[in-house]
Amino acid sequence: MSRIVTEAAQAFSFSRRAMVLGGAQAAVGVVLAARMAWLSVAENERYNLLAESNRVNLTMIPPRRGWIIDRHGAPIANNRTDFRVDLIPDRMEDGARVLGELQQLLALTAEDMARIQTDLKRAGNFTPVQVAENLDWERFAAVSVRLPELPGVQPTRGFSRSYPPGAAVAHLTGYVGAATAEQFKETRDPLMVTPGFKLGKDGLEKTLESDLRGTAGAKRVEVTARGQIVRELETRPDKQGKNVRLTIDLGLQEFAARRLGPNSGSAVVMDAVTGDVLAMVSMPAYDPNSFSDGIGRLEWKMLSDDDHIPLMNKTLQGLYPPGSTVKPMHALAILQAGIDPHRRVNCTGVLQVGTGRFHCHKRGGHGPLDMVGAVAQSCDIYFYTMARELGYDRFAPVARAMGLGQEFELPFQSQRYGTVPDSAWKLRKYKQKWTVADSVNASIGQGYVLTNPLQLAVMAARIAQGRRVVPRLLLDTPHRPAPSMNIDPEMLDTVHKATWAVINGGGTGGRSRFQGLPGIELAGKTGTAQVRRITMAERRTGVLGDGALPFKMRDHSLFIGYAPANAPRYAVSVVLEHSGHIYTAAPIASDILSWLFDRDKAMARLEPLEREWGGDIDTRMATQWRSFQAAQQAPVLSVPATPADVEGATTNVVDSAVANQIEPDPAVAQSNETQRTE
Amino acid sequence: MKRINQTTSHGLGFVPAPLAQLPWRVLFLLLTIGGFGLVVLFSAAGGSLQPWASRQGIAFAIFLLAAIGISRIRLSFWRDLALPAYAVITIMLILVELAGAVRGGSQRWLDLGFIRVQPSEFMKPAIVLALARFYELLPAGEIRRFSAVWPAAAMLGVPVVLVMLQPDLGTALMITAGGLTVMFLAGLPIRLFAGGALAVAIAAPLAFNFLLHDYQRNRVLIFLNPESDPLGTGYHISQSKIAIGSGGIFGKGFLNGTQSHLDYLPEGHTDFVFATMAEEWGLVGGVLLITAFILLVRWGVGVGVRAEGRFSKLVAGGLATTIFFYVAINLMMVMGLAPVVGIPLPLVSYGGSAQMTVLGCIGILMAIDRENRERVRF
Repeated sequence: MSRIVTEAAQAFSFSRRAMVLGGAQAAVGVVLAARMAWLSVAENERYNLLAESNRVNLTMIPPRRGWIIDRHGAPIANNRTDFRVDLIPDRMEDGARVLGELQQLLALTAEDMARIQTDLKRAGNFTPVQVAENLDWERFAAVSVRLPELPGVQPTRGFSRSYPPGAAVAHLTGYVGAATAEQFKETRDPLMVTPGFKLGKDGLEKTLESDLRGTAGAKRVEVTARGQIVRELETRPDKQGKNVRLTIDLGLQEFAARRLGPNSGSAVVMDAVTGDVLAMVSMPAYDPNSFSDGIGRLEWKMLSDDDHIPLMNKTLQGLYPPGSTVKPMHALAILQAGIDPHRRVNCTGVLQVGTGRFHCHKRGGHGPLDMVGAVAQSCDIYFYTMARELGYDRFAPVARAMGLGQEFELPFQSQRYGTVPDSAWKLRKYKQKWTVADSVNASIGQGYVLTNPLQLAVMAARIAQGRRVVPRLLLDTPHRPAPSMNIDPEMLDTVHKATWAVINGGGTGGRSRFQGLPGIELAGKTGTAQVRRITMAERRTGVLGDGALPFKMRDHSLFIGYAPANAPRYAVSVVLEHSGHIYTAAPIASDILSWLFDRDKAMARLEPLEREWGGDIDTRMATQWRSFQAAQQAPVLSVPATPADVEGATTNVVDSAVANQIEPDPAVAQSNETQRTE
Repeated sequence: MKRINQTTSHGLGFVPAPLAQLPWRVLFLLLTIGGFGLVVLFSAAGGSLQPWASRQGIAFAIFLLAAIGISRIRLSFWRDLALPAYAVITIMLILVELAGAVRGGSQRWLDLGFIRVQPSEFMKPAIVLALARFYELLPAGEIRRFSAVWPAAAMLGVPVVLVMLQPDLGTALMITAGGLTVMFLAGLPIRLFAGGALAVAIAAPLAFNFLLHDYQRNRVLIFLNPESDPLGTGYHISQSKIAIGSGGIFGKGFLNGTQSHLDYLPEGHTDFVFATMAEEWGLVGGVLLITAFILLVRWGVGVGVRAEGRFSKLVAGGLATTIFFYVAINLMMVMGLAPVVGIPLPLVSYGGSAQMTVLGCIGILMAIDRENRERVRF
C-alpha cells in the first residue's frame, strides 16, 4: 500500500525531520563541549605538562671538572674560562655566507673549516656544532656584536681543561676530549653531546672520571617552535667535580721532566718511607692542552712517528732489562743464601760456562773482589759465579719481594709488569729446562728479566728501608705504614755499604755524587742494559761505541738510588732508553734527588744544560713541531683526527713500541715477553 | 515559536521602522561570535591588530552589511537563480579542473582577471538552493519514487567528484552533507539514508585505498593515531589538543597562550583558531562559542520550520545545516575527533571565503525570516 503524499503531509514531514535534525545538531554540540571538557579538565594536567615541555627548552651546562692538584695544592689540571662559538644547524640561514664570515672573524684555518663542515653533516638539526673554542676576548666579542647578521651562531662562555705544567704531567693526567658517538649511544646521556663537555680519555683523567666529572647544570629557556629563545626562565648552576690530590710534588715533577732533557726516558721518585710517588715522569711527552683541544692529524703523526715514543707512559708501560741495577738486590739474595760477603771472586774479565763465554764489562777484569767491591765496581763475573753456584731460583723470590715483576694498584688503565724468571716459569712458558747460562744472564739483570721503571723505584725504596713500601699516587687514599720485610739488619747494612760505595766509595757512580749538599750522600746503583748481542768478531775488533749504532740498537742506561744514604728518605729510578753512553742515568737521578734538598742549586745546574739542549721543554717541542712541519712540506692536512682516533692513544702506542723492540738474541736472551701473563 | 515575531513586531516606538525590523537576536549572536573572533585574532598576532584582526574586522563588517542587504532581496530571486547559478558554478569547477590540468598541479582558484574566485566555496550554498528548487518542482506524489532520487544524486555527485579531484576532501564533504540534508528534509524515505550509510560503511575502506590521495590517506591514518607522527602531519592535531587541554577551565588568560604565541600551534589564526581561543579562554570560552553557534543554527532551522513553501523550508534547513557542518567539522578536527581536512571555523577563522559564504547563507536565512514575519504581520 503506497502512501499518497500530499503537500500538507510533506510540510508535516519537514517539521518532524527538522526536529530530528535540530536534535542531532544539539547532540553534536553537547558532544563537542563534552570532548572539550575532557581535554581541558580531565586531561588538563597531562596537556599542561606537554605545553610546558614545548615551551621550555632545557640546555645543559657542562660541569666544571674537579682539579687535579699536587701534594701542596698546586694545580696540575684546572679549568680556565673559555670563550667558544657554536653553530645551531637548524637556525642557520645562508650557511655558506655565515661560515665565510666566521672564518674571517675567527681566523679559522682550512683544517678547522673542513672539520666544521664534517660535523655539520653529521649533526642533527638542533645539535650544536662547535666552531671554535679557546677564543680570546677580542675575537669572541667580534662575533658577539655581529650576531644579528649571523643566524644560527651561538657564542658561549664556558670552561675548558687546562694543564698549567704542560708536557711535564702529560702521562700522569692523560687528557680529555669530546665524547664519541659510541659513548653517547651507550649512556644516552644528553650531556655527552653538549658542546663544551669533555671527558677523560687517558691517564688519571680517564680512571678518575667519576670523581672529576661533577654534575651538569641546566638552563631553562622559553623557546619558540623554531627554537628561538624568548627569555631565560631559571638556571641551575653546575656542580664542579671533586678535586683529586696526588702525592706528586709538582715542582719535583717539572724539574725531573726538564732534567731528562732530550732523552727518551723516565724518572720515578718515591718517598721511601710512605711510598708516596713524588714524581713520575716519562719523556718526551705530548702537550695535554693541545690534546684536549682536539689534536690535528699532522701533530698526531709527528707524535706517533717519533721513535722516542712520546705517547707512551714509560714509567708503567716501558719494560726494560734492569741490567746492573739489580746487583744490590742480588747481593742481598746471595747473603740470604748464606754466602760470606767477604768471600772474594777473582775477575779475569771472562767466565766460561759450558760452551759459552760470559764477559765482564771491564775487558781486562777487576781482579779479586768481595761483595761490596763487586757491587761498587759492578763486576759481572762475581754475579755470574754466584748465580752459577746458587742457581737463579734462589734470586727470583728476593727480586719479587723487592717489587720486580709485581703489580701495583695505581689509577692507570694500562700497566705492564714485566718478568722475574725462574725455572718453573721457563718450563711453563717455553717448555724448556732452565740452564746455567740463563742464571748467569739473569744475575746481571739481562736475559729474561724485564721490569718497569716504577718497579725499579719500589726496589730502591725497599732496599733503602728494608720495608715493604707500596707506591701510592692518590694522597687521600688511606695510608698504611709499610711492614718490615724482616731482613737481617747486618745483611741490609752490607747492601747499603755497597750502594754507598757505588757513589761515594770509588764505584761506577762516582761522578754522580751530590754536589754542594754537605752531610747528604746519595747511594744507588748504575746499570746498562744491552739490547743486542755482541759477537765474538766484534769483541776482537773492539766493541762498537754506541754513537756508531742506530738508536734502537743502543744500550739503555739505568739508575736506582736513594738519599740520604745514612737515613734513606727518597728513592729514585731513572731509565734512559737507548741513550748509549752519551747520556747516563746516574747524574740525572742525582740532580733530581738533590732538588729535594736544595732546589736552587739543582736549578742552577739545569740552566746551562737546557741552553745546550736548545731551550726548555716547550721551546724544544715547538722547534720539533716546526721542523716536522717543514719536513712534511705538504700543506697542512685538512682532515683532523676524530676523537675516536685519539681515544686511548697512548695505549695503542704501546703495541707499536713492542713491535719496534729488538728481536730477542739467544746469547743476550732478552725476553720479549712484555705483559705479565701469569 | 511566535516569540521572535512578537518582540520584533512590538518594537520600541521611537526606533525607526527599518532598524526595528532587523532580526536583532541573530545579529547579536553574529556580533558575539565575530567580535570574539576578532579578540582571538588580536591575541594570535601577539597582541596586535595587524595583520589579522583589523582586516578581518573590516571584512566582517562588509559581509554583515551585505547579509543585511541580501535579507532585503525577495526569495523568488533566489528561487529563479538557483538552477542557473548551480550550472554556472559547475562549469567553473570544470574550468578550474582544466586550468589545473594545463598549468599542472592541483588548483582551487579560478582567475577571472580582476578577481580570483574559489567556485567550490560557492557550491556549498548553491547545492542547497539547487536541490531545494529541484524538490520544489518535483510533484509531491513523486517523492517516494526513484525519480525523486537520481536527478538529485546526479546534481550532488557531479560537483562533489569535481571538488574531490581538486583535491579538496573537506569541501567535498561539506557539499555532500549540505545536499544530503536537503534530500533528507525533502522527505526521501529513511531507508535510503540507512542503506546509504551502510553502503558508505562498506565502501569507505575501498575509497580509502583507491580514491584518496596519499597525503589524505596519511591524514586519516594519523588522525587515528596522532602520536605516531608527532612532528609530521600528526603535529597539527597533537599541538591543537595540547593548546585546548592546557587551557583548563578558565584558560591561561588573554594574550598568555604559549602554544599560539610561541608558534607551536600551526594555523593558529585560521583552521586552528579555536585552539588559540581555548588556550587563553579555556572551557568557558569554548562552551560560550559552541553555544552561540548552536543557537545560530537552531535559529536557522527554526526559520525553516516557520517558513511557508517548500523551497523556503528546504533552503532554510539546508543553509542552517551547512553552517552547522562548518562548525562541527572544524571543531571535531581541532579536538582530534576528525582528520585534518582544512575547514575553517566560520566567522572566527581569519580569511574571507568562509566568512562570505556563511554570512551569505545568513543573509538568505534572514530573507526567509523576513518573509515569515511579513506573513504573520499581515
